[in-house]
Amino acid sequence: MSWESFLYMGGYAIYVWPAYGVTALVLVVNIVLPVLQRKQLLRELTIKQKRSQAR
Amino acid sequence: MSWIPAPVSRFFHRTSSPPYFYALADRFIPWLTVIFLVLLGAGLYGGLYLAPTDYQQGDSYRIIYIHVPAAWMSLFIYVLMAVMGGIALIWRMKLAEVMLISSAPIGAGFTFVALVTGSLWGKPMWGTWWVWDARLTSELILLFLYLGVISLYGAIEEKRAAARAVSILALVGVVNIPIIHYSVQWWNTLHQGPTVSKMDKPSIHVSMLVPLLLMAVAFKFYYLIAVLQAAKLELLKRETSSQWVKSLLEKQA
Repeated sequence: MSWESFLYMGGYAIYVWPAYGVTALVLVVNIVLPVLQRKQLLRELTIKQKRSQAR
Repeated sequence: MSWIPAPVSRFFHRTSSPPYFYALADRFIPWLTVIFLVLLGAGLYGGLYLAPTDYQQGDSYRIIYIHVPAAWMSLFIYVLMAVMGGIALIWRMKLAEVMLISSAPIGAGFTFVALVTGSLWGKPMWGTWWVWDARLTSELILLFLYLGVISLYGAIEEKRAAARAVSILALVGVVNIPIIHYSVQWWNTLHQGPTVSKMDKPSIHVSMLVPLLLMAVAFKFYYLIAVLQAAKLELLKRETSSQWVKSLLEKQA
């Protein structure tokens, strides 16, 4: 099977690939968001800690 | 609780202590990620490439490999949340509260995915994006339950009180789960009946069934990774002034 016919999905490409795309997006967001938020929080807490130690 | 054997209760006490859990999550996440990616790769390869075209639905049926596992997850995670809610209410276990609230966005995500992929499958097969039938409507209610849990938790300032409210909502909402599951049998609906869970005679060929099960297990592992990431964040948020967070910061600096 060629790449073109694979991507063509027997004529259903406009349904199949968006379905997979939305799924991938949701799955990625639910991992990346908490990781980024945690890193941000850790940065803020480190700054706070340094400030309170400097005092 | 004298009826629980001592080693078991010791295990629960240790695992439910935030610093121990945080470190444990860090240790497990890389392994879970490897297993998830292998299962996902095998499932996608089997489902999109190896599995034959359906004789009635053509290649549109390949949406099944994400639609059905996502729908299963949407139910599975909600039941887990209700169990966590029960534990949180009865034993006041902090970690159960954290796991409950950490699960909600993931469950909402899977419910959303089940609805959208179902819609994208329904258009070519049924000729419509959406119908207000029992299966689709009850799944939409599930999405609102998840969103309700998230916004209720966000609306209450004191997090332990918020967790109690959310636990009750999770437990009450669990009545929706059997309704979703049996909706295709109780009501006449456009949605097809169960394909896989009819154990006497599954109406799906093994070359299509294996990738479907691989994807279902892959999504379970995804949930574990995502819930641990969310739980780490939630634990940090709740315990910013505790000693273990302070020593964690010192270790990182």
